[in-house]
Amino acid sequence: MLSFENVGLRYGSGSEILSDLAFSITPRSFQFLTGPSGAGKTTLLKLVLMSLKPTRGRISLFGKDTQTLDKDSVTDIRRRIGVVFQDFRLLEHLNLYENVALPLRVIGREETSYRAEVLELLRWVGLDERIASRPSVLSGGEKQRAAIARALIVRPELLLADEPTGNLDPTLARRLLRLFVELHKSGTSVVIATHDLALMEQYESARRLVLADGRLHVFE
Amino acid sequence: MSSNDAKSRAALRRLSPAASPAPSDATLEETLGRETPLVPTSSIAGRSLVIVIAIMTFLASLSAGAALMVADASVDWRREVAREASVQIRSAPDRDIEADVNRATSVLVAAEGVRDVRVYTKAESEALLAPWLGQGLDFAELPAPRMIVVKLDENRRADLDALRRELAQAIPTAALDDHRLWVERLGQMARTVVAVAALVFVLIVVAMGLAVAFATRAAMVGNREIIEVLHLVGAADKYIAQQFQRRFLALGLRGGFIGGASAMAFFLFSGYLASRWTATPDGDQLEAMFGSFSLGPLGFTVVGCISAAAGLLTGFMSQEIVFRQLRRLDGAE
Repeated sequence: MLSFENVGLRYGSGSEILSDLAFSITPRSFQFLTGPSGAGKTTLLKLVLMSLKPTRGRISLFGKDTQTLDKDSVTDIRRRIGVVFQDFRLLEHLNLYENVALPLRVIGREETSYRAEVLELLRWVGLDERIASRPSVLSGGEKQRAAIARALIVRPELLLADEPTGNLDPTLARRLLRLFVELHKSGTSVVIATHDLALMEQYESARRLVLADGRLHVFE
Repeated sequence: MSSNDAKSRAALRRLSPAASPAPSDATLEETLGRETPLVPTSSIAGRSLVIVIAIMTFLASLSAGAALMVADASVDWRREVAREASVQIRSAPDRDIEADVNRATSVLVAAEGVRDVRVYTKAESEALLAPWLGQGLDFAELPAPRMIVVKLDENRRADLDALRRELAQAIPTAALDDHRLWVERLGQMARTVVAVAALVFVLIVVAMGLAVAFATRAAMVGNREIIEVLHLVGAADKYIAQQFQRRFLALGLRGGFIGGASAMAFFLFSGYLASRWTATPDGDQLEAMFGSFSLGPLGFTVVGCISAAAGLLTGFMSQEIVFRQLRRLDGAE
């Protein structure tokens, strides 16, 4: 599903901030991507999302070399990936319903064709009473759930979550982890970038990808 | 839905601290079925752009309308002048001018392509000199020339060179003026006015294009985060460009409509004023320059087309610029 082969990244002529990354993510797998703040977790996720290009090495996504992909193929691959951003990245001028429906809207589906689907998902995350609310009036937890709903609405094959518990209290964080585990069991590969050790301890059997000093260490 | 899906959604549901009641019908009604533009209205200097496009459309319509009016008027001038020639019989000491006038009239009436010949009487010919020589002058002592106006048949072209030679043989003091010099000058002037108007039109269109380009780039910078999110949730460049195009097309059409409608109102009002002034010297000059100073159906159609083109150009340009910028962003990544 995803593989990195000797991937390196540097900005400009500086030294490499990520070096010799080599790992793969298989279908239906669950892993934590961890490391100290500033280790490059978000940068690595950006490489996966193809919003950054590696300066060397090869990244393969769904069997395709990302270096050789044209823009349409990049778009097609992104549609198979769900992302929960650390800062949620909800669009402030859209209401909650429109934010969650966004991935379906951008692929050209009619609003009436996905209405029931989005409402159902919003009901499941407990935000059905807030469908008309703008993100600016939502709490951190509500934004988090909205961001997760947006990532899940397309039923992605790969889910990337960047510090998804950063804004949540421990109880909600535990619930969130259970959600990701259930998603994993339903067939989605899950990558959670976090430096929350307590969170990782709750799911000991998960793979750990540890970033430190620009290098990645994999603990099966 | 698979049992795994059900499980994961049940887990999602558990994230909610408490079960929430179903949304009210009023909330659903307000929220569903409408799609907020993905490019926020407030992120574009919309009102300023509409005003700029309206002004540009107005000016472009004025220049196009003026060019059309001058071109039409020039055709009328030239047709009018070409339909007429004049023969001047100069007075000479050894010649009977009345006999020369009669002989010239006979030659002219017999010529091919001449529809009508009108001999100005002595008094009428002298009256033509009044503006230069003043009123109340006794012309009896002056060798005032006589004038014959010849109306030419539009359907049968007269051979004016042959006629000139024939007149010169019959009456040495006769001079035929076919107004060719005037026609050429009028034609040249009209072509110059139309060329200047066309240049002004092109400059206005270029200025409008630049204004749209700046506004689009500014909107893209202001919405960079939205563009990034759209990309990451799977939006294609074409889709994103269409969102910008939709916003700019609406602004362009609004500006084009305001500018075009203002230009039409201007031409209608000017035509009305010109019709009120026709009896005055100023009005006569205007009429000489612009004909009846009315735009006509073709002119109004052109103004309508300019208005629509302003909107379409705005939409098309914004889409192209967004496309190009997205490619550049992609290259920079």
